[in-house]
Amino acid sequence: MGFFLETLFGGLMVGMLYALVALGFVLIFKASGVFNFAQGAMVLFAALAMARFSEWLPRWFGFDSPVLANIGAFVLAALCMIVVAWLVERLALRHLVNQPGITLLMATLGIGNVLDGAGQLIFGSAAYKIDVGMPKEPLIVLDKVFDGGLLLNTEDMYSALAAAALVTLLTLFFQKTSTGRALRAVADDHQAAQSIGIPLGRIWVIVWSVGGLVALVAGVIWGSKLGVQYSISLVALKAFPVVILGGLTSVPGAILGGLIIGVGEKMSEIYIGGHLGGGIENWFAYVLALAVLLIRPQGLFGDKIIDRV
Amino acid sequence: MFYRENGQFKSSYRADLALFPIAQDRWAMLALAAIAFVGAPLLASDYAFRAVLIPFLILALAAIGLNVLVGYCGQISLGTGAFMAVGAYAAYNLQVRIEGMPLLLSLLGGGVAAAVLGVMFGIPSLRIRGLYLAVATLAAQFFVDWFTNRVAWVTHDSSSGSVSVQTLRILGHSFDTPAQRYLLCLALVIVFGLLAKNLVRGAIGREWMAMRDMDVAAAVIGIRPVYAKLTAFAVSSFIVGVAGALWGFVHLGAWEPAAFGIDKSFQLLFMIIIGGLGSIAGSFFGAAFIVLLPLLLNGIPRWLGLSMSTATSSHLEHMIFGALIVFFLIVEPHGLARLWSTARQKLRVWPFPH
Amino acid sequence: MHYRKFACSAALAVAGMAMVAASTLAQAQAPEQFVPLLVYRTGQFAPLGIPWADGKQDYLKLVNARDGGVNGVKLTYEECETAYDASKGVECYERLKSKGTGASGFDTQSTGITFAVTDKAFVDKVTVETAGYGLSQSSDGTVFEWNFPLLGTYWTAADVMLQDITKKEKGSLKGKKIALVYHDSPYGKEPIPLLQKRAAAQGFELVLFPVTPPGVEQKSAWLQIRQQKPDYVLFWSAGVMTPAGIREAQASGYPRDHIYAIWWAGSDHDVKDIGAGAKGYNAITLHNSSAHDKVQDDLRKYVYDKGQGTGPADSIGAIAHTRGMMIAMLQVEAIRTAQEKFGKGKALTSEQVHWGFENLNLTTERLKALGFGEIMRPVKTSCANHMGDDWARIIQWDGGKWEIKSDWYQSDKTYIAPLVKEYADKYAKDKNIKPRTCG
Repeated sequence: MGFFLETLFGGLMVGMLYALVALGFVLIFKASGVFNFAQGAMVLFAALAMARFSEWLPRWFGFDSPVLANIGAFVLAALCMIVVAWLVERLALRHLVNQPGITLLMATLGIGNVLDGAGQLIFGSAAYKIDVGMPKEPLIVLDKVFDGGLLLNTEDMYSALAAAALVTLLTLFFQKTSTGRALRAVADDHQAAQSIGIPLGRIWVIVWSVGGLVALVAGVIWGSKLGVQYSISLVALKAFPVVILGGLTSVPGAILGGLIIGVGEKMSEIYIGGHLGGGIENWFAYVLALAVLLIRPQGLFGDKIIDRV
Repeated sequence: MFYRENGQFKSSYRADLALFPIAQDRWAMLALAAIAFVGAPLLASDYAFRAVLIPFLILALAAIGLNVLVGYCGQISLGTGAFMAVGAYAAYNLQVRIEGMPLLLSLLGGGVAAAVLGVMFGIPSLRIRGLYLAVATLAAQFFVDWFTNRVAWVTHDSSSGSVSVQTLRILGHSFDTPAQRYLLCLALVIVFGLLAKNLVRGAIGREWMAMRDMDVAAAVIGIRPVYAKLTAFAVSSFIVGVAGALWGFVHLGAWEPAAFGIDKSFQLLFMIIIGGLGSIAGSFFGAAFIVLLPLLLNGIPRWLGLSMSTATSSHLEHMIFGALIVFFLIVEPHGLARLWSTARQKLRVWPFPH
Repeated sequence: MHYRKFACSAALAVAGMAMVAASTLAQAQAPEQFVPLLVYRTGQFAPLGIPWADGKQDYLKLVNARDGGVNGVKLTYEECETAYDASKGVECYERLKSKGTGASGFDTQSTGITFAVTDKAFVDKVTVETAGYGLSQSSDGTVFEWNFPLLGTYWTAADVMLQDITKKEKGSLKGKKIALVYHDSPYGKEPIPLLQKRAAAQGFELVLFPVTPPGVEQKSAWLQIRQQKPDYVLFWSAGVMTPAGIREAQASGYPRDHIYAIWWAGSDHDVKDIGAGAKGYNAITLHNSSAHDKVQDDLRKYVYDKGQGTGPADSIGAIAHTRGMMIAMLQVEAIRTAQEKFGKGKALTSEQVHWGFENLNLTTERLKALGFGEIMRPVKTSCANHMGDDWARIIQWDGGKWEIKSDWYQSDKTYIAPLVKEYADKYAKDKNIKPRTCG
């Protein structure tokens, strides 16, 4: 029983981390209708920026405090992501306005390639460190109740809290600010939004910047967990089933999807994987998402696909 | 003025429906075939065969298969690597486990196995559409990745998990030299290319295109979605499976499951997008682009005598590749095939503007 | 007017031809030996590939700068980026195999590329040098004529790890549980046959935990380890899977000093950023790639101080960098040995260098003279033994640096030799290879 609970908690925590990456996808899809295959590359770029700036700033300005270095690096990395968003809108999206979904998808794949190459060219392709002071040692609780106690991964818990805080911030941003309202208007109907005077180009820059900032937070959290290196862009592959399970247009869907996929992955690997030789969690997550899609083809909370014939 | 249909009258339906109605096209194709079958073996170096022509042909075949599914039937699939893997491993098992199994039958058997898997993973397409389907096909990719690694039966109980193929022998004639292997691939690609072209020009191709354009309306006028979608998956996976078998047998010779990973799936998708969705010729253009571009990008610094670290040139290659994709999508979203057909159209009416 | 133009162009043509003739003559007078460098400085394994590639190139530069080449034959080299992709590896191989007088040998740096290239190497008669990786059974030179898994294979590593664990457990592993957390690929599966053999012989339980590449998320494996409580964990990882695994081990409270990592998972970059969190983490070295010796001082003196270094100066002494230098040194010594037979000061063909690989005899004195005395033990290859002598040591991370924890080990041939024979015979049967007879 204790082990079951450990697996459950572990899955929930990991699910929140996946949801963090999935959020980027959902935000960009919601407001610009583009499935951003470059999200993984954005996470990599942001994480590289954060890691390297936190290393370079003390050297350039000669101070010692890691807290200051981290804050400075975060600000610089956020600025980088905003510049990236502006460039993407200016050079790519503006010219692809009315293209079908698959063209935009492919364009984001191309943008992802560019970001991969640019990030590693500017910041390097070795492994780098992000240290934001996350606790690394485990927390064992309830060791009177369960034999050996329950293991709680403290780093994951803090990361899950950070993810929850981010989601709350984003929800407040979308619901309470005028920019958020404008974003929702654009997501609803591009043409109507344009006709009442909402500047589409600027909105897209904002959307991609927000997506970039979400990628930065995800990059910091995953980078702190794994170290920053090219493979971190592959975390996006773990977030795909989360996105399609929750629905491409729903933020709560991303969170719930993340939790379901996280738990599903861990449970399947530990309880079923043993009989099949192990290593099944990767495809199991996708199969789980597929199974849910068969029942609800638009994901749990996604917008129903309406075809006008 | 030179490339025109004037004076070419068809006197039978058969002639009218020919693949290349314009005589100049037929001559051009014959010339191309002559260069491919005769010229290349005489002139190309070993390196050109092994590193350029053979991968180009095999990837063009896989791109034709994927184009049938994505370009003609509109079902986005990201699991192509998996189908190639199934084709390769099935062909390997047929070749190794059955004494005296002819090579061609093994290759086709690989295709059939891939087709079966394709239909299985195509069933969700009856309910799931668009981007959701794209991500769902990744399930096929990762499942096959795992399966080929885990199940020892697939790799004929190989201790290392990798398999390799000995000599290729058809009817007693062995295909050892790069030139011979190139001719084998060329023959297969031409056969399958013609098959695919005729399929998409026929009734079933039209059904696929109807499903792509508006599947609800297609169902309304009597096209059965199940039949259309599943046959698209089947035909596409068959061709991709044969291509996978060729990739393993002819190009790599010995491979591990990672050779058919998700990168391959994305590479094929790039090929058909750049080459042109819904165009068989486009698959060839796209394959040529993807095969030649990295070599060119790597070669230019060398030829210009610039000394660049391989890491830098690799990153630049990625960036230029990505930028070119975006550029192509902006300039000509229908791909190189559209550019080519526009050029031909202009030539048809030259020297008049239209 | 016409005549002037004609005379001008004729003069230019003659001058051009003279230059070309002169340059070819000049080239003919300075023999050069080409060494292809297949590397991966990008992609999933870049943190390992970069110092490895730097080490290889640095040693070749050192030989040119310090010794003037091998008996006067300068070493030329060209790097080709493979990003660990088999297809790119094949392209690099095809392009570089006949460069110069023939490629001296290919260190593909990847098990996957080795598979793809081995069959071609048979036909092209080029050596494939796979020090510390590749197929473990390729140490049998009668079947694998062109493969050289020098210095040690994965079976060596697994065997030595178990020897060290057996020593820690006072001589008996009976009833113990040993887990293998491995990269789910042929690379990770390599040690399994040996481990299973030893498990049967020594009476311990072997539990397998595959991790799907790239291995960014390993919670399930380590949660199961927490539940099943194996006494030791053998870690066969690469790339980001290594730090991810160590951090996961830390987060699940598994004692790091009970983890034994393969040499590719025991480099500085794997543990540097984790620091004290990885304290106690054990790794195995190929011979002793963690040692420091004269060759590194020479490198600083002849190459880096002149600004010719390939990587950053602080990578000298890093384990992966030293390993790269060891691999390049074996290549150079193979060339030198071959020159003894085929002509000192001559540029050799790939086949001739192969003879050198097969007749390597690096004695203690020779290694000391080369500056590798602390790093390597004597290596002698032969027609039937393409591995030479496998030696290894166990090192441990103390939070800030690696410390040598054990004495020299050699693999136990009573386990390994029959396994090599069995798998090599199977390979020969599958591929219709008639094993050579070694005189």
